[in-house]
Amino acid sequence: MSTYPRWKLLLILGVCLFGFTAALPNFLSEQQRAELPDFLPSKTLNLGLDLRGGVHLLLEAKTDDIIEGRLENLAGQVRDIRRNEKDINFTGVRIEGRSVIFSVSDEAMIEKARVALLPLTQASAGLGGMMGATVQEVAIEREGRKFTLTLTDEGISMQARDAISRALEVVRKRVDPDGTREITLQPQGDNRIVLQVPGESDPQRLLSVISTAAKLSFHDVNTNISPDDIARGRIRSSEKVLPVRGGGEMVIEKRAIVSGDDLVDAKAAFDQNGQPAVAFAFNTSGARRFGNHTRENVGRPFAIVLDNEIISAPRIITAILGGSGQITGIGGVEEAQELATLLKAGALPVPLEVMEQRTVGPDLGADSIAAGEVAAVIGFLAVVAYMFFGYGWFGIISNIALFTNVLLILGALSLFQATLTLPGIAGIVLTIGMAVDANVIIFERIREEQMAGRKPFAALSEGYGQAMSTVIDANITTFIAAFVLYFLGSGPVQGFAVTLGIGIITSVFSAVVLTRLILTTWLNRARPEKINI
Amino acid sequence: MLRLIPDNTKIGFMAARKFCYGLSILGIVASIALFFSVGLNYGIDFEGGLAVEIGTTNDSAIDIGHVRGSLSDLGLGDVSVQEYGRPSEALIRVERQPGDDAAQKAALDLVRATLEKTVPDVSFRQENVIGPKVSGELKRDGIIAISVALAAVLIYIWFRFEWQFGLGAVIALFHDVILTIGFFAITQLEFNLSVIAALLTIVGYSLNDTVVVYDRIRENIRKFRKMEVPELIDFSLNQTLSRTTMTSFTTLLALLGLYIFGGEVIRGFTAAMIWGIFVGTYSSIFVASPLLTLMKLDREHMFNDVQDNDPTVDKSRSVDPFAN
Repeated sequence: MSTYPRWKLLLILGVCLFGFTAALPNFLSEQQRAELPDFLPSKTLNLGLDLRGGVHLLLEAKTDDIIEGRLENLAGQVRDIRRNEKDINFTGVRIEGRSVIFSVSDEAMIEKARVALLPLTQASAGLGGMMGATVQEVAIEREGRKFTLTLTDEGISMQARDAISRALEVVRKRVDPDGTREITLQPQGDNRIVLQVPGESDPQRLLSVISTAAKLSFHDVNTNISPDDIARGRIRSSEKVLPVRGGGEMVIEKRAIVSGDDLVDAKAAFDQNGQPAVAFAFNTSGARRFGNHTRENVGRPFAIVLDNEIISAPRIITAILGGSGQITGIGGVEEAQELATLLKAGALPVPLEVMEQRTVGPDLGADSIAAGEVAAVIGFLAVVAYMFFGYGWFGIISNIALFTNVLLILGALSLFQATLTLPGIAGIVLTIGMAVDANVIIFERIREEQMAGRKPFAALSEGYGQAMSTVIDANITTFIAAFVLYFLGSGPVQGFAVTLGIGIITSVFSAVVLTRLILTTWLNRARPEKINI
Repeated sequence: MLRLIPDNTKIGFMAARKFCYGLSILGIVASIALFFSVGLNYGIDFEGGLAVEIGTTNDSAIDIGHVRGSLSDLGLGDVSVQEYGRPSEALIRVERQPGDDAAQKAALDLVRATLEKTVPDVSFRQENVIGPKVSGELKRDGIIAISVALAAVLIYIWFRFEWQFGLGAVIALFHDVILTIGFFAITQLEFNLSVIAALLTIVGYSLNDTVVVYDRIRENIRKFRKMEVPELIDFSLNQTLSRTTMTSFTTLLALLGLYIFGGEVIRGFTAAMIWGIFVGTYSSIFVASPLLTLMKLDREHMFNDVQDNDPTVDKSRSVDPFAN
């Protein structure tokens, strides 16, 4: 006779019951789920992209562009010092590799220059890094009169991380402006972003939304230049030539009157002729600068530049003081809507390159789910039938454990909202096949013990006892493999590792703990002379 | 009761060990030779390039030859077109394009446009574009994953068993992994990311089998002090044979369901697993266990180890929190 303490009994049954309730929502309709009382879990399985269909993109920020931008900026700061400090004159300011190089024109300036340059090389608090950690972004070297400011690796990776965290927000606002699409957006490493959009079947549209920089700016136009001058490149260094949408070229001031950074709102609208347009509004400082410029330049055109292309160059009829206006000449309504979304989200701080693009159509996802379900059910039934014919009554008990195991896996996956992928389904099926292993080891041991002449209770106790370390050993080895896969794998493979890992834990529970409880209870009641196994 | 193996078998596994060593060595050499001569059919995960799976909205059959013809005219290099599961579905693979990631994307646009023209009612079921950088990283990560798993498992076995067992288990593992790679070289099944997952699962599974047998051998070494090692191994193998076959069979049943009904996408993965079950079962019986005779087991040490950190004797009972 052996009895279970009550707390053990309650604990085992409690775990089963909890697993069942966590798995339950998957078998209910949406309406039924909504009617579940609040204290019950109501989450269903979180299907991966390969099962629900959608687009997966791995984007990489072009670090070169970040470095280039930072170097330009650094050179600008050096020139500012030259302009602002009367006693310092720098010559030959140039960018070479990852450095800004220049010389002071006189030995006497070296010390002053060093002091003036100090702020540039001071360590700055790591953006988005750890609290209190500082990063020295720029290293300074001097050789005679020659100074070299070099960007450090840490500085570059800090810049990259910062650009990525800003780009994340921009991409989110562009792809999911209403926040309703359940997109996944995660940084990866220093300069990458993983974007997953479930339900999206047109990667082209998504890519065009992401790859547009959406750099908007307003510039003064030089109207006094002839096409001949443009062709010969006879323009001032403060000006540049840009193509005009629909044909032609114009010369504009490089310096913007106002840029997209000052936009606070943008939405699709129609102009007075009923043509699609984008209505925008500036913030206070943008409105003031735009107002000043338009007041002083009535009658002259200004250029609206988007990503190095002049969309239109309207003539200023009256001063625009309210800080709002319209961009016309856009094309269709859809384009206007897209541009409005892009402008509102802001410009990408760094161009993103697509490294990996995976699209699963909705048909394939549905087919995969169906195939996975069929395979799981058939695998389950085959194992159940085999265990029944192989072990009879003990087989039934192990089948109860197997069924419990499957429900526990579903419950755990739903509860933790782990992503279920197609290889994940394969992991569940594999677990079904391997879960009975623990039972097989134990049952075979009980048989042996009985054949060695032990009575049922002793055989059962010995069987479980002796088999335990083997079962643990056997499962730990597979668990190690799942563990490694989870940390080193990616995407669908990780999904496989998760179900395999969860399956190992639940299967040890159901195949060892649960069956022992059932068998002990049965032995206590039935008290058979011999176990028929 | 339906049993695959009768009770109290006395199969002389050890007698066949010379033959099996030969067979395994032959298999390993052939696998390595195939790996370096024929090579693996790497999927785009590891090679880069693009793969497009298409179907037709009205389930009409796709004219594979026609599609192949029109795509090879595009000048995209190596293009393969094959039926995928059924006549109305096809898988198109295009080798990695020279140049950067944008070149891959441009090729995809071209392929899409061509397919829309050549296949009536085409639907795009799946599109994957992997740039050269990412495929290189995935390859590296795959190799790291397998190496780390093997190392982790080695460490575990080293802690749990005497070194002779650890060495035997690891040789068996390499045996299984190499033969599985040979299997992929012969069948030219696509070797992709999910196959790495399959390989690692095979590692776990094969070790699982080996550990069960080793546990029993170690237990019997302590029980039957007088028995000769080869005889003892045979005895242990026969004792665990029923379990070994049962588990392999149930796992196989589940995998067969997956192989037949699980769809084309994971067929390579299941094929690898099924092969792995066979190889893993074979290796734990015919490779890992007989290998122990080649290495001198320190039986004296093992007898004295009983009081120590020994899982197979009394300690096992305290492992079970629900034992009475």
